[in-house]
Amino acid sequence: MDKLINDFSVGLFFWQTLVFVTLILVLRRFAWKPILNAVNEREESIEGALKAAEKAREEMASLQASNEAIMKEAREERERILKEARDMKNSIVAEAKESAVAEAEKTIAAAKATIESEKAAAIAELKNQAATLSIEVAEKVLGQELSTKNKQAEMISKMIDEVKIN
Amino acid sequence: MITKFNTFWAFLGLLFVTSSAVAQDHGHEVHKEAAHHEEVAHDDSHHATALHEEDSETDIKAVIKETIDHHLADSYDFHITDGIGFPLPVILFDNGLKVFSSSKFHHGHEVASVDGDNYVLYHGKIYKALSTDIHTALDYDDHHHVTNEKPLDFSITKNVFMILVMAIFMFFLFSGIAKSYKTSLKPQKAGKFLEPIIIYVRDEIAIPNIGEKHYKKYMSYLLTVFFFIWFLNLAGMTPLGINVTGNIAITFSLALMTFIITQVSGKKDYWMHIFWMPGVPVVLKPVMAIIELIGLFVKPFSLMIRLYANMLAGHVVLMSIIGLIFVFGKWVISPAFFGLTLVLSLLELLVAALQAYIFTMLAALYFGSAVEEHDHH
Repeated sequence: MDKLINDFSVGLFFWQTLVFVTLILVLRRFAWKPILNAVNEREESIEGALKAAEKAREEMASLQASNEAIMKEAREERERILKEARDMKNSIVAEAKESAVAEAEKTIAAAKATIESEKAAAIAELKNQAATLSIEVAEKVLGQELSTKNKQAEMISKMIDEVKIN
Repeated sequence: MITKFNTFWAFLGLLFVTSSAVAQDHGHEVHKEAAHHEEVAHDDSHHATALHEEDSETDIKAVIKETIDHHLADSYDFHITDGIGFPLPVILFDNGLKVFSSSKFHHGHEVASVDGDNYVLYHGKIYKALSTDIHTALDYDDHHHVTNEKPLDFSITKNVFMILVMAIFMFFLFSGIAKSYKTSLKPQKAGKFLEPIIIYVRDEIAIPNIGEKHYKKYMSYLLTVFFFIWFLNLAGMTPLGINVTGNIAITFSLALMTFIITQVSGKKDYWMHIFWMPGVPVVLKPVMAIIELIGLFVKPFSLMIRLYANMLAGHVVLMSIIGLIFVFGKWVISPAFFGLTLVLSLLELLVAALQAYIFTMLAALYFGSAVEEHDHH
């Protein structure tokens, strides 16, 4: 301890304190503040850049997700439209078939009816003509043979019977 | 990889140059002194040869001890090696300001007369001379201690000179780094190496010990103190014989500044913990106050002694081992001591950084305790 006190130099202490305090003040102004500020600024910019990158990545991901959703929707829409079209086609075809069948049936029925009526008319006419013809024939035949009333009646009923059979 | 290698070899080379230069420097002195002694011994015909050799060996030891003491002590001139060096200005406050070159002392062989006052340099200290004759200038007491009056001494000694050089060096180094950030935020040149250390001081020393809220205002002090101690410790590893951080006045000044900053920034909680410790029975509170009050002064005192003792011890050990090379000069084991010096130099390089770290760390811890705010009351 004695040696320590003996070694202690007031002059050295004075200069050390003076120089050191000056050094702190000077370095604070010209070195530490600018350096620490620059380091801070850089750290902040790095952090900012990292955050921006992270944000961009997130945006990208969400964009991709929304893209996919849109795609999916579009695909569904297409399916739906296609299905609708298919259904419509089917129903149209079915309807057309149905109406065609109905029309055909109607036409056939009409044709049948016409045929029937024509046939009836034809038969009637044929009958009439046959009757007329037979009457004419009969007239001619009868003109010669059926001079008597009995014979005539006999002849007529015989003919009617024949006709009925017919 | 290449840069790493270059740095490594440069470092190793520097270490070699350093160690060998130290060895040479002191070797010269030792040999010279030893030779001088032998001459004296030869003149004295009464000495037997055996006695002479033994005497010579103890004398080498004495010379080594003196060389170490000389190396550790402050000095009024900057001595590099034999015949190379320069005198430094002496500034005394004694009947007014007196400024003169230390060369006037002629290394203590002559009395310096300045403006009618006479001064003499004796064992690294300036005394008022009693006469202009060197032989009668000093007055001794029974224990061979000088009783002369000492003038108020504000000389630019070797240590003061080194502090000034270091301050200028640090100014240019760090303001240069600061300027380089103006062009680019990327660290350049010295900044590449020193910036991580600055960030380390901030992130590992200041913020954990002081806290995110208050650390900023202490950064200037912590950074300055860290680099100042570290660089001066490293300067002490050069063969220039510099021992600034191993000087009690320097460490006292640093510890005192730490003490003052701590007390000035002490908040209510800090003083409360010293004078009226919460959570302790009332009877014990005065006792705690006494203990805390002692602790208040012990803390900076330990800072002062730790740095001083570590650096001083490092120098003493290194130089003693270098001295052993000359004690065992004739033997083959000298190279072994050289190797030991190299290994210890490496250790001292570590200690140089470690002591700077410890001082800064503890200073930050004390500042932290001063500004700490407790939530529990």
